[in-house]
Amino acid sequence: MKFLPSGGQWVWTLLLAPWILFPIQAQPPTDAAFLSTLGELREASYSEKETIAERLSKTGHPSVRAVLTGFMEDRLCFRNSDRKVFLVKSNEGDSLNLADPLTLKDAGFASADSLTKIGTNNGLRHVLRTTIAHFALSSPDVSVRMEAVREMQQSLDEPTVALLRERSGVETNPGVKNEIATGLALASLDGSDPNARLEAVATLGKSVSQVVRNRLALLLENESDAKVRRAAAAAVATIDQWRTFYSAIETLFFGLSLGSVLVLIAIGLAITFGVMGVINMAHGELMMLGAYTTYAVQTAMPGHIGLSVLVAIPAAFLVSGSTGVLLERTIIRFLYGRPLETLLATFGVSLFLQQSVRSIFSALNRSVVTPEWMSGSLRLNDALTITYNRLYIVIFTLLVFSLILAVLKRTRIGLDIRAVSQNRAMAKAMGIRTEWVDAMTFGLGSGIAGVAGVALSQLTNVGPNLGQSYIIDSFMVVVFGGVGNLWGSLIGGMSMGVLNKLLEPYAGAVLAKIFVLVALILFIQARPRGLFPQAGRAAEDK
Amino acid sequence: MKLKASITAWLLFAGLVISKSAAGQDTIKVGVLHSLSGTMAISETTLKDTILMMIDAQNKKGGLLGKKLEAVVVDPASNWPLFAEKAAQLLEKDKVAVVFGCWTSVSRKSVLPVFEKDNGLLFYPVQYEGEESSKNVIYTGAAPNQQAIPAVDYLMKDVGVKRWVLEGTDYVYPRTTNKILEAYLKAKGVKPEDISINYTPFGHSDWQTRVAAIKKFGSAGKKTAVVSTINGDANVPFYKELGNQKISAEQIPVVAFSVGEEELSGLDTKPLLGHLAAWNYFESISTPANKAFIAQWHTFIKNQKRTTNDPMEAHYIGFNLWVKAVEKAKSTDVEKVLTALPGLETPNLTGGIAKVLPNHHITKPVYIGEVKADGQFNVVWKSAGTVPGDAWSDFLPGSKDIDADWVTLKCGNYNRVTKKCSGQNYK
Repeated sequence: MKFLPSGGQWVWTLLLAPWILFPIQAQPPTDAAFLSTLGELREASYSEKETIAERLSKTGHPSVRAVLTGFMEDRLCFRNSDRKVFLVKSNEGDSLNLADPLTLKDAGFASADSLTKIGTNNGLRHVLRTTIAHFALSSPDVSVRMEAVREMQQSLDEPTVALLRERSGVETNPGVKNEIATGLALASLDGSDPNARLEAVATLGKSVSQVVRNRLALLLENESDAKVRRAAAAAVATIDQWRTFYSAIETLFFGLSLGSVLVLIAIGLAITFGVMGVINMAHGELMMLGAYTTYAVQTAMPGHIGLSVLVAIPAAFLVSGSTGVLLERTIIRFLYGRPLETLLATFGVSLFLQQSVRSIFSALNRSVVTPEWMSGSLRLNDALTITYNRLYIVIFTLLVFSLILAVLKRTRIGLDIRAVSQNRAMAKAMGIRTEWVDAMTFGLGSGIAGVAGVALSQLTNVGPNLGQSYIIDSFMVVVFGGVGNLWGSLIGGMSMGVLNKLLEPYAGAVLAKIFVLVALILFIQARPRGLFPQAGRAAEDK
Repeated sequence: MKLKASITAWLLFAGLVISKSAAGQDTIKVGVLHSLSGTMAISETTLKDTILMMIDAQNKKGGLLGKKLEAVVVDPASNWPLFAEKAAQLLEKDKVAVVFGCWTSVSRKSVLPVFEKDNGLLFYPVQYEGEESSKNVIYTGAAPNQQAIPAVDYLMKDVGVKRWVLEGTDYVYPRTTNKILEAYLKAKGVKPEDISINYTPFGHSDWQTRVAAIKKFGSAGKKTAVVSTINGDANVPFYKELGNQKISAEQIPVVAFSVGEEELSGLDTKPLLGHLAAWNYFESISTPANKAFIAQWHTFIKNQKRTTNDPMEAHYIGFNLWVKAVEKAKSTDVEKVLTALPGLETPNLTGGIAKVLPNHHITKPVYIGEVKADGQFNVVWKSAGTVPGDAWSDFLPGSKDIDADWVTLKCGNYNRVTKKCSGQNYK
């Protein structure tokens, strides 16, 4: 602290230096105030920075929004040599492109070492976000305005309410208008006029937001006017009802999305285990290969993260599929009809694949970036949001499923696969190259595992152990659904997912999983062939 | 009695012969007991490399007591019974002077009887749940009062958190830590309805329900934070789900005790920005010692991108302490080294001094950092000075009367009320 006065003077001299050097450039008085306030950020503590940020926003300087946004995004720094504050526009490696905070004009490049970042923490960023929301109210982008109003609803002080009121007159978008009305209603709950409060409660009763519900519940406790209290109680009850309804839908979606992951990891196995009868313990590792393929593709095309995931799908199918064919040709074909040996051999293969990945990519997890279009969530209303990555995976699973079904039912190779699986000897007698069909079937199942791996890379860690954590689940789904039946795997996986998610809020994740397992064991006791047993003579042999 | 004495004498003689023949090779054997395969390989391989680097550096300085150090590396393969087997092999067959090893609490618990039976010496480098003090173990990682309690204090005082979600993976470390934290929060006046405790299985990857529940719990109008003891692999999907459900660190910060630089290097940091971690070391802390250590690590591992982390620093401290103890005792004999250890000091990498306490824990500074986009941490809080490690938590009813003191009491589990020592085993 004791260095501050002298340091301050020094800073002042430096800040004034440009004025002395370029006296022609006329500076409006607000520029100087803005710069000096900005300069205080260099030595301030986090809580001091909050008040400085508020003072900055009050200067009304034209570049304040850009500067505060930059500050929030950790792009504000000062040069070590002359302690001048800059905005970082972009960085290319170690060299940062700077901008002048006053004019926002380009200020050349500087190395990262010569600059000190003006740090932020969560609390400070929150303050900045609320401050910036005031500016964003007039943004041409509807979603930005929406976010801004929502942000402002959380801190409704006098100037904020005034701003909202002003905006409500000119706002054209009905959604944003609605949010502003909610914000204003929330604010008028504090008013002294019971009629205004009653009106506000009526407006808020249409909302399903938790913030509104909490505020109304608070009003219930403190309200003196009986009429308002009654209205508020009714409004809270309605909101609760709607929220329960939406949370049921949400749980259903959670269940379906967990189920679709289960289906996705099981479809491949439903083919290799279900159709061919091969217990492939390396199925999980084939998924892992798919996930690593996603990583490799992403590394190969660093500029196109969004596209890379799409490119990875066929790539993973090829990588895992060819590994599968290789596996079938070199190991599994010698072991048909000997399930125990197949199990052991493929288990060995799974260890081998894990260790090779560990040697090639290291034991550390690899980072697969989630593309922009897969992150975030779709907000249906205040009570119901659906995350994009889960939504896409549900759709993706259904796509893959119908594709496989089409291949099996509508193509020549599908016909061959079904023929061989139903009666090998007869198929052979009809001239089908059963060996070739075996390899292709196994390749198809393995390829699907690889595709599942691409989806998993968006949900979980890409590491050597990825496969292990899913292999049990995938076997469970196939056995539950009925070996040899694709529809069984779909229905089985989905119902296991929904059941799990229905139980989880009450029993906790650990117990829910145990309950599902116990239910599965009991079910298998009662119906050993699963949900949809395969009918006919072929089933008898298995 | 006579027979027993003669057997003892014979055994002593045999021991002497063996130790002489071992000394003939003129090396001091250092055991390294870290999983190099299996689930824990991701974390433990780095620690093996750290010890090899330290041994290498020590040998370049001329070794220890005039002898070269020789690493004996074994692979317990993330398999807990195998840990005990490999520990026995190190102590009984290889006759190592010291062992650096273990990561998970269950692996430590499984080797503990072996070290106590064979009177070995183990340096354990990972933050753990406490409630233990063995004569044969030096705990160089953080006890709960050196990581969890300061983190909660920070959230309570600096962030103003009023509602708490204690989210953990279902095993011994989270369960014990959360028990301590729950007792601590209640002692600080937090109401039971403002604490939510949940456990999920290992490798849990479907966090939708939990994150939705946290969101709901956090929307009650009070500042909410999540204290996470979620184990390594489950963290990525957890943070991803938080990001996707638009819960930012500004709204509900998550403070984690097992997410460090190494873990961050393997994941997309976007959804983690601003979330917190509490450690006793951060790679981003700029001190000359830390810079030198990072440079040494990069040279040794031949990869400029490898990160350093907290358990690595714990091994750095542990190794230096052992070297000092051996030099002080002028012997690698476990009894002599154990007598020499308490009170020894060595500098931390981030400034301050690590001192071995009579309870076999050490003093450590505490830092809280926010995750930055580059996978490093921005330190937002640090403890004033170092915090002495407490083996037995003061916040659990069963353990607050218990002391560990291997200098005067010679006991790791001394009850101040009943004035009894329940032996060197913790239970």
